[in-house]
Amino acid sequence: MTATTLTINNATAAPLQEVPSLPVNDFRDTLQELVQQQEHRVSAFFGLPASPAGRGLELVAVLSHPEAGKCELVRTAVQDSFPSLTPDCPAFHWFERELAEQYCLEIPGHPWLKPIRFQPPLPGACSRKTATAPNLTVGDTNYFTLAGEACHEVAVGPVHAGVIEPGHFRFQCLGEDVYSLEISLGYQHRGLEKMLPGGPDRRTLPLIATASGDSSIASTTAYAQLCESLDPGLQPESGALLLRGIAAELERLANHVGDLGALAGDVAFLTTAAFCGRLRGEFLNMTAEICGNRFGRNLVCPGGVNMTFTPAQAGKILAWLQRVLPEVENALELMFESATVLDRFEGTGTVSKAAALELGLVGPAARACGVALDLRHSHPYGCYKVSAPALAAGTSGDVLARAWLRRQEIAASAAWLQKQLAGWQKENCRHRGTPRLAPGMIAVSMVEAWRGEMCHVAVTAADGTFRRYKIVDPSFHNWFGLAMAMRGEQISHFPICNKSFNLSYCGHDL
Amino acid sequence: MPQNPFFWWAGLITALLLAPLLPGVINKTKACFVGRQGPSLLQPYYNLHKLFRKDCIRSSTSCGPLAWAPGLELSALLLALLFLPYANQLSPFAFTGDAFLFAYLLGLGRFALVIGAMDTGSSFEGMGASREVQFAALTEGAFFAVIGFLAFASRSLNLSEMLSCPLPANVPTVIAAVILAAGIAFIVMLVENSRVPFDDPETHLELTMIHEAMILDYSGPDLGFILYSAALKLWLMTALVVLMLLPGDLASAPVLFILHLLGVLLGGIVIGAVEAVSARFRFLKLPQFLLGALCTALIALALTVIGTGGGR
Repeated sequence: MTATTLTINNATAAPLQEVPSLPVNDFRDTLQELVQQQEHRVSAFFGLPASPAGRGLELVAVLSHPEAGKCELVRTAVQDSFPSLTPDCPAFHWFERELAEQYCLEIPGHPWLKPIRFQPPLPGACSRKTATAPNLTVGDTNYFTLAGEACHEVAVGPVHAGVIEPGHFRFQCLGEDVYSLEISLGYQHRGLEKMLPGGPDRRTLPLIATASGDSSIASTTAYAQLCESLDPGLQPESGALLLRGIAAELERLANHVGDLGALAGDVAFLTTAAFCGRLRGEFLNMTAEICGNRFGRNLVCPGGVNMTFTPAQAGKILAWLQRVLPEVENALELMFESATVLDRFEGTGTVSKAAALELGLVGPAARACGVALDLRHSHPYGCYKVSAPALAAGTSGDVLARAWLRRQEIAASAAWLQKQLAGWQKENCRHRGTPRLAPGMIAVSMVEAWRGEMCHVAVTAADGTFRRYKIVDPSFHNWFGLAMAMRGEQISHFPICNKSFNLSYCGHDL
Repeated sequence: MPQNPFFWWAGLITALLLAPLLPGVINKTKACFVGRQGPSLLQPYYNLHKLFRKDCIRSSTSCGPLAWAPGLELSALLLALLFLPYANQLSPFAFTGDAFLFAYLLGLGRFALVIGAMDTGSSFEGMGASREVQFAALTEGAFFAVIGFLAFASRSLNLSEMLSCPLPANVPTVIAAVILAAGIAFIVMLVENSRVPFDDPETHLELTMIHEAMILDYSGPDLGFILYSAALKLWLMTALVVLMLLPGDLASAPVLFILHLLGVLLGGIVIGAVEAVSARFRFLKLPQFLLGALCTALIALALTVIGTGGGR
């Protein structure tokens, strides 16, 4: 293929001018061919206002290939409408709904064009924005309905009985069977993407760290890598990169252990639920030992890390890990040895590999369906260029596969962590700097958060500030996977299906 | 068999007073199994005390049953309590055929809650009511198979005699049958009282609830009535299992009374242990399981027929 796209590595930058700007039809053909024939995934697809005042909008697509280790960038200019790609490539579904909402773009041909966050249009949206006054009451939309004697509708949320984030779920049921599930989010929308342009400034890092609070390390790492790719003078040393990796794996361990415990709780299997709830805290406390915050809020920064990490601390965490890991293994063994638990998990909430690929699922949810997709291996970044935890794989795509995969990842991350901590030599890896970003660039940074691929894309303005900062949280890809997992499933299985994905509401709503 | 009505009355009053202790025992046992301290044994009493001091908030869409269902349920259970032979002492209210009244008083209590749940018009409560009735229909078969076994073994339709008559303990098949039937009665008790693995009384997940979904709209004294009724029902059905296993000619009335009491509390510990080691079944499995229970109870009946030479 001729140069219809710009190919770059993960966590690198290129001048925006070098990204080919194609006519709309060629742009659509290119995307379709890459996604349908060459197995690329849609990592990001977002709008870029031509200028603060002017009309017109550029659409930028970032595609990645699970094996090639590269990112393909391509863009196009549109006026008021963009013919939908969703009927041919369902992976664009959510992105196009986002574009329609953020920029009042018309997307003819889209089968499901409803708001996803009920947010007001972003600054710089087309001047046409008053044409259809957007309905901004969150959750107030035309839900799909099912009519007939035998069907009934169950609405759950946005306020839930547990201590979880708000989201609205609308089930169309035939008796106990779910015909379809519609998920309506937006309750956690804080306007993050509106606050980030103009940066980086002092609030950028805290904002990024709280995009999705349980993935702070991954999120701040993605941001730091962006800044480092845009500022050649800001290069972290290997110790800082390794410490980022150690913290990221601790974050993965804490969340995987906590989620497996919550899954056990949802099927009323008390022992594992109780043990894992405590053990999750142990991993959070290890993170606090490194940086003083259980969620790693203050650890990663552009240019390195904020903290020193001594061999004595490494030794302490290693001993701590060696004490806790057998307990984790023990608690999980109880659950996976219990026939009553396995009976609940097996064959529940199945997502086929074909559906996972078509929808562009990421992370453990995709790997459990047999999609070998792990950025630590396919697009290595930071310390994972040297070594990464073993790739976990599943096949059956059901709740059991997702739970079992998490267990595999716990073992892989734990082994990797012990190796890195045992070999920790650096006395001092603290290094930080103020980013001075190159102007007129586009940079892509993807990291494997514990939920999967997290993609940050930044476009810089002529003055070296962010012109557009796009965050694609793994939950953004996976929410529709949960809706698919529930089709034809018993409605009483929703809690364990939901928990097996455990997606972020605020990461999606931004 | 020497009769001492004092111990029957003592048994009834103990049931009324100590019923809320049983859920406390279950929760404490569960907590011990997972290495937690757990709530106080008296927590159910504190909860009831709290609820009875509150106001009721009732849905404005209700046309009545929501308000009277808790009272009807409690009355039905209080009536049913009169027919059990506490400490193997014959109930003063017993009459031939009271086993059926007993079973359908429990049914009336459930009917009241189901009607109250449907009255709210909420989809959760509708789902809960639908599930409750579906599984109750299947449990009823197993329960009546157990009643049938007891009736045949004791040659009586009087619940007091059925549960307190001395069985021909020298016939091994009858002993096996009693143990089988008591096992089935235990399962029926777990289902009827919405315990794990059939339902989960602790869950906050409204989509998976059976019994709990039906009472989501209740608050204050109404909810207190329902919780107290639930505790009474749990006590009553645990006592039923204990009485099946406790031969009436074992000891004198005071000793039987103590054994009866300890048996019920031990029942609470067993329920707690079952809940601690088992996950909840999926709904689709319940009908199979309950039909299996019915068949097992029929086997117990057959064993008795063989063991006692059949016929009257």
